[in-house]
Amino acid sequence: MINGNTIHESVKALQAKKISSCELLEACLARINRIDVKLKSFITVCQEFSLKQAKEADNLIAEDKNIFVKKPLLGIPISVKDNFCTSGIKTTASSKVLEDYIPPYDATVVEKLKKSGAIILGKTNMDAWAHGSSTETSQFFTTHNPWNPDFLPGGSSGGSAASVAADQTIAALGSETAGSIRQPAAWCGVTGLKPSFGRISRYGLIAMCSSTDCPGPLTKDVEDAAILLRILSGNDPKDATSAEKKLENFDFRKSLRGLRIGLPRQYFLKELEKEVGEKILAAVKIFEKLGAKIKWVDLLDPKYSVAVYTIIQRSEVSSNLARFDGIRYGNNRSFFGDEAKRRIMLGTYTLSAGYYDAFYKKAQKARTLIIKDFEKVFKQVDILLSATSPSVALPIGATKNAAMFGELQDILICSSSMAGLPAISIPCGFGKNNLPVGLQLIAPQFREKIILESGFAYQKQTDWHKEKPNL
Amino acid sequence: MKKNSLSVKQVQKIASLANLALTHSEAEKIQKQLLESLDYIEILNSLDTNKIRPTNQVTGKENVTREDVVSPSLTQNKVLDQAGRKQNGYFKIKNIFE
Repeated sequence: MINGNTIHESVKALQAKKISSCELLEACLARINRIDVKLKSFITVCQEFSLKQAKEADNLIAEDKNIFVKKPLLGIPISVKDNFCTSGIKTTASSKVLEDYIPPYDATVVEKLKKSGAIILGKTNMDAWAHGSSTETSQFFTTHNPWNPDFLPGGSSGGSAASVAADQTIAALGSETAGSIRQPAAWCGVTGLKPSFGRISRYGLIAMCSSTDCPGPLTKDVEDAAILLRILSGNDPKDATSAEKKLENFDFRKSLRGLRIGLPRQYFLKELEKEVGEKILAAVKIFEKLGAKIKWVDLLDPKYSVAVYTIIQRSEVSSNLARFDGIRYGNNRSFFGDEAKRRIMLGTYTLSAGYYDAFYKKAQKARTLIIKDFEKVFKQVDILLSATSPSVALPIGATKNAAMFGELQDILICSSSMAGLPAISIPCGFGKNNLPVGLQLIAPQFREKIILESGFAYQKQTDWHKEKPNL
Repeated sequence: MKKNSLSVKQVQKIASLANLALTHSEAEKIQKQLLESLDYIEILNSLDTNKIRPTNQVTGKENVTREDVVSPSLTQNKVLDQAGRKQNGYFKIKNIFE
């Protein structure tokens, strides 16, 4: 089934005229029409718009045999998380406040996708306002894990992750503040890359936690993640926090001989599910076989970064969600769901007079300690490796009334997010209930190159990323 | 930091700062959940941050500026398009002056 292919396979096939863009798109749409009733990855499917784009793509391919140089994603369907503004296409952030909102502009990443010829396939479900690690707090419906519909896909980019795992799309765009790309990638058995903060422009991404929000790709393999990173990254004058630093060149033929991989002792928690731990250690053996040197290292207890993240994220959320007043667009603030209200409330408290120093400022100082902690460890090793999530996917309903659910699920992820470091989650096996296990690689700031090359080498040695759910 | 306490009255005060209307039972529920979160973040008190400077953002960038040049933006019609209430090309809001 051609919708089961990767970006690089699809581009080859389109270039060689083995398939047409319309055929590729129609395969994705047929898949969506057949299974999305149960899976619920999508809030909006751009049926007519995507067919129009596919026809245009086919015309361009027929006219110009070098078109893929100018438009490297021509004819490739991509699903987009519903917190990226897409001009003329409903954008809700899975919230009732924005249930009818139609943005008058494209996010920079959407503009870049369109410019590269990609087809915007549809908008995917997420935790409302990206507040969560399950997709269960969506105010519309919960997405189901393609590997087992009784389980969660993770979040907040759950719809994007599920759509990739289920081959409803060729690749997807997600966003991460602390875990929202990596964790659903792990739970859905796909590849998810959180670039360095500032690497990809946040313009047009509905703001959650402005000092850590990162757009990033969810794909079927590392090679695709690298392709999307190359296209989406770059300084954007519309985002004052976007990095000037250029993306390095990747060399996927490079051997991993001499690569120093650190295993943080504190990330091999006692709460780690047994099967998850086993799969991670098996993956470590693969990296050793590839020539890497493994070393146990020490990092600050991840519990600290969860506390730091809780304060900073909720504080910035309370500020960012203040703009939703129902006056210029959207519904009024009574439409916020419980989770959003909870976060706004805590953030308002931690920023309020008399508490700002004790909470927000203290958290920002602790953040400095986290950053220095990573700098220290990266003097001894090149990258870090650990499980992405302490467990495989949890059952639907697991988040009800658990005020700190997300943070505890993201305990292995928070610190690298607070430090703005790049990290990738790749599938490395299956655990309890035959659900996917993900491992994460974390690199120093702006060194996406190392984790992409390492991840690529791992995927050349293993087939976990090629496994497909039975749907 | 003293032991975390938060009365329902304080919760309602925070709600009004955040422009959120909470029912009494919502306020009680949120009070419990806020206290749970506040208890969790207590752990930061065991970190010595005495001589540490806060990190507000990780990019290291400062004073990002652009040329003071006017460029095309959204049209007035586009901007008003999604508004619930409008009049004569303006957004219409609740009266804020007596």
